Amino acid sequence: MNTLAQRTPSQTHRVLSAEDIEALAVGAWILGTGGGGDPYQKLLNMRLLYEAGREVTLVDPLTLDDDAVVAVLSNMGAPLVGQERLSDPEFALKPLRMMEEYLGRKFDAVMALEIGGGNGVHPMMVGALTGYPVVDADTMGRAYPEAQMTSVAVAGLRCYPLTMADIRDNEVIIPRAASWRWMERISRKACTEIGSVAATCKAPRSGAEVKQHGVLYSVSKAIALGSNVLKARAAHTDPIEAVLSATEGKRLFAGKIVDIERRATEGFLRGKARIEGLDDFAGKEMVVHFQNEFSVAYLDGEPVVMTPDLICLLDTVSGDGIGTDVLRFGQRVSVLALPAPGVFLSEKGIAAVGPRAFGFDLDFTSVFKEPN
Amino acid sequence: MKRIGIDVGGTNTDAALLDGDRVIAAVKTFTTADVTSGVRTALKEVIEKAGDEARDVVAVMIGTTHFTNAVVERRNLGRAAALRVSLPASASLVPFCDWPKDLAAKVNGGVYLVEGGHEYDGRPLVPMDEKAVAEAARKMVKDGIEAVAVSATFSPLTTECEDRAAEILKAEAPDIHVTKSSTLGRIGLLERENVALMNASLIGLARDTTKAFVDAVAESGLGAQLFITQNDGTVVKAEAAREYPVFSFASGPTNSMRGAALLAGLENAMVCDVGGTTADIGCLVNGFPREANNVVEVGGVRTLFRMPDLLSIAVGGGTKIGRDPVTVGPESVGYRLSERALVFGGDQITATDIAVAAGLISLGDPSKVADLPADFVQAALGKMHENIAEGVDRMKTDATEVPLLAVGGGAMLIPEKVPGISEVIHVEHSGVANAVGAAMAQISGETDRIYRDMDRDEAIAHARSAAIAAAVEAGAEESSIKVIDVEDLPLSYLPGRAIRTRVRVVGEAAALKEEEPA
Repeated sequence: MNTLAQRTPSQTHRVLSAEDIEALAVGAWILGTGGGGDPYQKLLNMRLLYEAGREVTLVDPLTLDDDAVVAVLSNMGAPLVGQERLSDPEFALKPLRMMEEYLGRKFDAVMALEIGGGNGVHPMMVGALTGYPVVDADTMGRAYPEAQMTSVAVAGLRCYPLTMADIRDNEVIIPRAASWRWMERISRKACTEIGSVAATCKAPRSGAEVKQHGVLYSVSKAIALGSNVLKARAAHTDPIEAVLSATEGKRLFAGKIVDIERRATEGFLRGKARIEGLDDFAGKEMVVHFQNEFSVAYLDGEPVVMTPDLICLLDTVSGDGIGTDVLRFGQRVSVLALPAPGVFLSEKGIAAVGPRAFGFDLDFTSVFKEPN
Repeated sequence: MKRIGIDVGGTNTDAALLDGDRVIAAVKTFTTADVTSGVRTALKEVIEKAGDEARDVVAVMIGTTHFTNAVVERRNLGRAAALRVSLPASASLVPFCDWPKDLAAKVNGGVYLVEGGHEYDGRPLVPMDEKAVAEAARKMVKDGIEAVAVSATFSPLTTECEDRAAEILKAEAPDIHVTKSSTLGRIGLLERENVALMNASLIGLARDTTKAFVDAVAESGLGAQLFITQNDGTVVKAEAAREYPVFSFASGPTNSMRGAALLAGLENAMVCDVGGTTADIGCLVNGFPREANNVVEVGGVRTLFRMPDLLSIAVGGGTKIGRDPVTVGPESVGYRLSERALVFGGDQITATDIAVAAGLISLGDPSKVADLPADFVQAALGKMHENIAEGVDRMKTDATEVPLLAVGGGAMLIPEKVPGISEVIHVEHSGVANAVGAAMAQISGETDRIYRDMDRDEAIAHARSAAIAAAVEAGAEESSIKVIDVEDLPLSYLPGRAIRTRVRVVGEAAALKEEEPA
């Protein structure tokens, strides 16, 4: 760590190209496991920002000073709402400015709460707008629906303060909460009240905390993943294979969606999608359950993959991720499992994001436990 | 039961007279600048060809690629204003922000953002600024705008803002045509707004085109009902089609693929339909085109509504061929093939000229292409073959070899050997497969309503009955009706567990026979 910390900025800071941002959007959507919001609008905003001459610097997390202060940014709420209330960089910046005012100091860098979905691109808009570097890390390695489902929560770090901004003139600061779960409950209620979508700045993290407890290099991983898929598309090779080869994932199922059931409760989108097998999987059926993200999948009634393993539903033809809010009858999808970051495989990790955390009475077993 | 299907393409107007599944007569004519005379000619010719068998035709079903071509080629588009009710949200991504710049420059008739819109749970976001809507309307009149697309946040759940904005627009600017986004698309403000903007930009063309069709059928003396085909292989009455040209966007290729399936007696295959302007490539699954999963780009614009999964490439009979270096498209001479192509005495080398020079087809005056160098002809043909093979490859979902149905007036441009294809099949009447597909189109019925205090299964069952009733009302045979689409959206926080359910069904047009004997 020390030798890394002594590298020059030219070695540790990388200016992302417009192509990197395009790849990031593709990769983050796949890692979103159905949630985190479709990155498209944020990508559009990024294109406009890059056209206006702005850019983003990605910084190696291991070079952060221990006492650096990092803003953890995300957009909170139901993905469906984001399809109608379009993303806006100025709106994303608002809670960061609120937090700076509250703390009485400026941030040194920003990072994503979750690399999955639009939230993986979210801090890029703020980085492009302000010039703050974006840290190559996040706290989930994917997308999860709740605040206690982060690596920093599993590590038991402090959960407050939190700032939240509304598109109107409402601002919310939660100076203190009794636990991550309380923070989640309070902030979720506030978010639901202001229309199920809000820009937030979560509990700020020190450089030391990011280095020790963050999911490191997840931005680079998403860019590499997305770039693989884009290359496969250009070469007309199988994009699903491209995802597998970039992530050590497994192909679990391929078929056509024949039924979707959704219900919206407490700001979450819950439900399940029934997929009828095609080709190699003909005659079989997979049911994938979701709470914002995909949580458990059953093959012919048997649970075969569950969180924290990443369950990705991808468009079989394009390799694009598919959000739980836009699942549609007739879609051709492939179901993949990708390995989870190590922090979530610990006992505390499983307690926070294992199947029971999503209401499934199942003992966690990973599809990656047995050799291929 | 006899029906005439007509397909009005960019270059050719084809007609086919079917009795059930049997093709009685088929003709191919040129599309004319005024459209009407082309349709009239096609109708006249097919009726003549069928002779006595044409007497009891009960329906004419017309499909057209006019509207798609207008967008793709940026022709005949009206300027459309965008009125979006969403502020203070969504301000950074304004209407047209994700359109190709050249198309936006042609269509953009002004962008108006006003306060209002709704929340996910049915509450107003902020009250709609009605004064701003009225001001916008007055400005549109001053600018001479003929059409406007109105979009509002969460309008698929609550049409209140769009309805009220439309009322104000009608009052302030009665001559401006209003397209409401909630009538066209689903959740996804930008994409729904894009569809509405395209619809608005096509209203002038749709009015003219529909009127031309109505006149032509009236003049034919058949006394048949007129239907217009839609993206999903179904038909609607002409009045409905006039208001919503975007629903006819992909009807040409859909008809062509459905027609090809019938003619070849094959339900699962790749299909390549080479028309005058483009080659459309798709995948047939159980006799219907595979549907696009999600967002579909039309002329480079993202849209979100039901469409077949198609790849259009710039290879068609009218495609302009460049000589030095050898280029294929993307421009086409379109319906002017009969005057512009070398073999018809014109001065533009087209794909048709290459096909004639290569001996693939005999058309016009072959002596006009006799002096084209053989290596140039081969190079141009090779390039078209490459483009088609690549397109077919892109649309295939796996490595298994499948047959390829070659259809359309330009089917001779399809190579005999394509990687990943077991055999290239040319069928009888393949040149008019689109007209055959139009003739066999089914009648649809749709319902879209909000149910309260009902569980999901019950709501869907109710919606299904309502959709079936609508299809029967439109002339479908009840026993043949099938559900093709079910969509439901839970509306949280509204009193009494509300659920919005949309069901679409299709049925055979059998009931037409008794209803309107010719």
